This record gives sequence, structure tokens and C-alpha cells, in this order.
Amino acid sequence: MTDSPLVPAIEVQGLGKRFSDNGQAVINDLSFSVAADSSLCLLGPSGCGKTTLLRLLMGLEEPSSGVIRITPALAKQMSYVFQEPRLVPWRTCLENVLLPLELTRGKNEASRAYALDLLQRLGLDERLQHFPGELSGGMQMRVALARALVTRPGIVLLDEPFAALDERTRFRMQDLLLELKSRLQLQYVFVTHSISEAVYLGDQILLLDGEGRARDWRGIDFAERNQQLKLTPSFNAIVQSYSQLFSEMENSNTASSRSGERP
Amino acid sequence: MIDPLKAWLVEKYPAWIFLAVLLSTWEWVVAQEWVASYLLPSPTQIFQTTLELWPEIYAATLSTANSIAWGLGWSAVSGVTLALLFFAIPIVRRAVLPFCIFFQTVPIISIAPLLVIWFGFGQPTVRASAFIVSLFPILANTLTGLQETDAHLKGLFRLYRPSPWQLIFKLQIPSAIPYILTGIKISAGLAVIGAIVGEFIAGGGLGSLIDAARTQQRVDLVFSGVVMSSVLALLLVFIIEVASRLLLRGRPYLRKL
Repeated sequence: MTDSPLVPAIEVQGLGKRFSDNGQAVINDLSFSVAADSSLCLLGPSGCGKTTLLRLLMGLEEPSSGVIRITPALAKQMSYVFQEPRLVPWRTCLENVLLPLELTRGKNEASRAYALDLLQRLGLDERLQHFPGELSGGMQMRVALARALVTRPGIVLLDEPFAALDERTRFRMQDLLLELKSRLQLQYVFVTHSISEAVYLGDQILLLDGEGRARDWRGIDFAERNQQLKLTPSFNAIVQSYSQLFSEMENSNTASSRSGERP
Repeated sequence: MIDPLKAWLVEKYPAWIFLAVLLSTWEWVVAQEWVASYLLPSPTQIFQTTLELWPEIYAATLSTANSIAWGLGWSAVSGVTLALLFFAIPIVRRAVLPFCIFFQTVPIISIAPLLVIWFGFGQPTVRASAFIVSLFPILANTLTGLQETDAHLKGLFRLYRPSPWQLIFKLQIPSAIPYILTGIKISAGLAVIGAIVGEFIAGGGLGSLIDAARTQQRVDLVFSGVVMSSVLALLLVFIIEVASRLLLRGRPYLRKL
């Protein structure tokens, strides 16, 4: 049942976003849909509107044009992971994870037990009473993940969450995300500017160009994903093709900016 | 509590040595009769006078301490409350805050006679004087703390569509706590000044002890009054530090700016 279920989880049509009336569009006429059980990676050069698109999906920004349709059941339970862990410094690890429950008045014995369970799965059970300032960057990000998952979301939106981590930690976090995805039947939209990360984590990849237009849309199908996969020729072929697209975009960008130079 | 104290003593030992040098030089200069002892009494003489008149000095110190505690306590309560009010209702802030700033520039010594007219001689005026001078720093600091809540954290809270109350109690007040503590510490020193000034005019406490000693040319007694008032100020800062540590124990990240 992996290919095209009848109702897509997310459907975007003719989406556009500009921040002021005469400003340049950050997102330009985007249309795509995400199947109910697949995860999407948004890939593109920096400043191409990936974060804006994520914020639009979350409802943190209003679209200037077009529509976003998200299955109501999923729309109600979306959560968001920022580029940085963004933990509350005076709350302990556990209290940070419980924060969404407190704010949505969903804190009770069962949800607390679930929070503890999540923290244990993320290997943080010995750090419950530690403050964020006492944790490493990778641990802080795991706390942020637990906080995003504690409300049992259907979709998690992640905005380059692992970009600031060192490589080994980043790889571990990628595997952790894949594991959570299969265990919790989680769906995610993952923003990244790393090609290999996108190919590794995405069932589908949407490549945006510098003007916030869709440049490429494709499904990625691997039977199994683990770090060894990154060494296989088929994986590298996909990465290679994206590198090519990236350099094409860069070339056309410099060309257009040259022709558009102001006197 | 013992180890930080020990560390503090070790860290500050140059200051203690300097104090000893200063006091013995002073003692020696007076003993050489280079300065008349009725103008500058020696440290030992000041100490003796303090011991002799201890019951009076102690009573005066207690009375001043009482006024300071009252004034500072109420400015902490009303400063934080006003700041919350100003923060929650911006139009009130815009209407009232400019006048608070103006009022704060009026020197306390020029308002003190007015306070005597309103509250009469004695402690009520002294308390009011300590209250007035210590209110503004707490108000201003608390307001700054509330307004300068980290924008990223605000973005995080917004994800969960919190009520204004949740925002204030779970985000804005906790982020303002270090600012409130700083405000109270600044105000502590000012409250001592306010109380002594109030006592100069309205009577009572160390202020009137110093004033009376001056009219009787008892410079040694003036000095013991001065020493006691600075001891009070130091003690106050110490108490505030210990109290904030006790209140926020296990939450070191609320004490940091």
C-alpha cells in the first residue's frame, strides 16, 4: 500500500508567499502532495524559502496565494522542531518535554508516563533532572525531539534540526529519526540543505530553486535505510544527480543576476 | 554554605590586608596628633564609643533597619506588581511610565519635607522615604525583564497557542526573575539612603543619631552611626543574596542574566 493512497496527507496547490505587497516572492507557485504514509524532505540552497514553506505548513505564516490542505486529523496534531534545540533554560530536561502538555492542558499521568517512555527511548533517562545548559548539543536536540513527539503528533515538521551537530552525532540522529518513524508511525517533513541527508531521510524529495519554485520532485525508494546505504552506488548516483541540479541552479542564478544587474 | 564563604575569604584576602593597613595608618596618624582627634577620631576611639553607647546605637540601628525592610519590601511587591500591570496593559504603561521616570529624577531630599507634612514626624515618613527611592529600580528592571523575553522561546511557546496567563507565568515571569533580583539589589542600597535622609528630617534611627551627634560635636559618634549604616547596607545585600539562593535552589538558571 505504499504507492499513492487515495487521500494525500498534505496537498499544496499554487502556493505563493511574499512578505510585503511589493516584495519579492519567497515561495512561487508551488504545488505538490504528500502521501499519507510517506515522509518528505525539502531540499534547496540557503535562502530558497524552505523554512518559510515549513512555517506555512505549520500555520505560523499565512499564504499570499494558493491553498494548503492537510488531513484534519493530522493538522490537529502537528509539531515543529526548530533549527536549534530551543529548550527553556530554567526547566529540567523532563520539564522541557512536559511543556507542550502543560500548555495544551494535556498533562496527566498517562501523558507523563509517555514523556518518560520517550525520554528513555531517546537514551535520556539518566538526564531527566538535568538542565539544558548541562547537556551536549546532541542531547539537547534529542530533548527537543522528545518535546515535539510528546503530544503524539501525526506529522512532525523539522527545520534543519541536525545542521549544527557534528557529523557522527548527526548520523546517529538521522537513524534515530528513522527508527522513531517506523516505531511511532510518524510522518515528517524535513528541511535540509544537505543532499545526502535528504536522500537518506526522504521518501519523497522536493527540490526548491533560489526563487522558491519547485525544481525537482521525486520519490526515493530504498528497501532498508542504514548508514551503510550511503556507501552504495545507487545512493551515490542519486546524490550525484542532485549535485548536478544544484550546480545548474547556481549557474543560472549567477547568469540571471548578471543580466539583472542594476546600473 | 561554608565552602563558598571560605572561598570568598580566600579570594578577598588582599582587601582584608588593605583594610588592616588603612585602619592602622589611620590609628597611627591620629596617635601622632597630626590631626585633631575632635575632627578625626581614631578607629579604636570610634569602637570604644560604639561599645559605650551600644544600647542607643543598637536601638537606632534596629529602627532604621525596620524602616528599610518596610520600604524595600513594599517597593519589591509594588514594583513587580506595577511592572506586570504596565506590561500587561501597554496603554497604562505609555500613560504612566513617563511620569514615573520624571518622578524618579526628583531628589528624595527635596520631597522629604513634603513627606513630613503628610505623614508627620517619625517612622511613617522614614518608611515612605525608603519606599519612594527604592521603587523605581525594581519597577524598571522588572519591566525590562518582562519585555526582553527571548524571541526564540516566545516562538516556541506560540506553537502551542498558550493563553496570555500561561505566557506570563511560564515564560515572561521566569525570564524576568534575574532582572527582578538585580533591581532589588540596586534598590537595597538606595533604601538605606532613603531611610537615613528621611530620619534626618523626620527623626528617629541612625539618621537622627548622626544628626544629634553632629550638633554636639561628637565626631566619634557620627562615625559609629556611619559605620552602622554601611553595616546595615552590607547585611541587607547579604540577606538578599542568601534568600534568592534559597528560594531558587536547584534552579541556577533563574539567577543568571
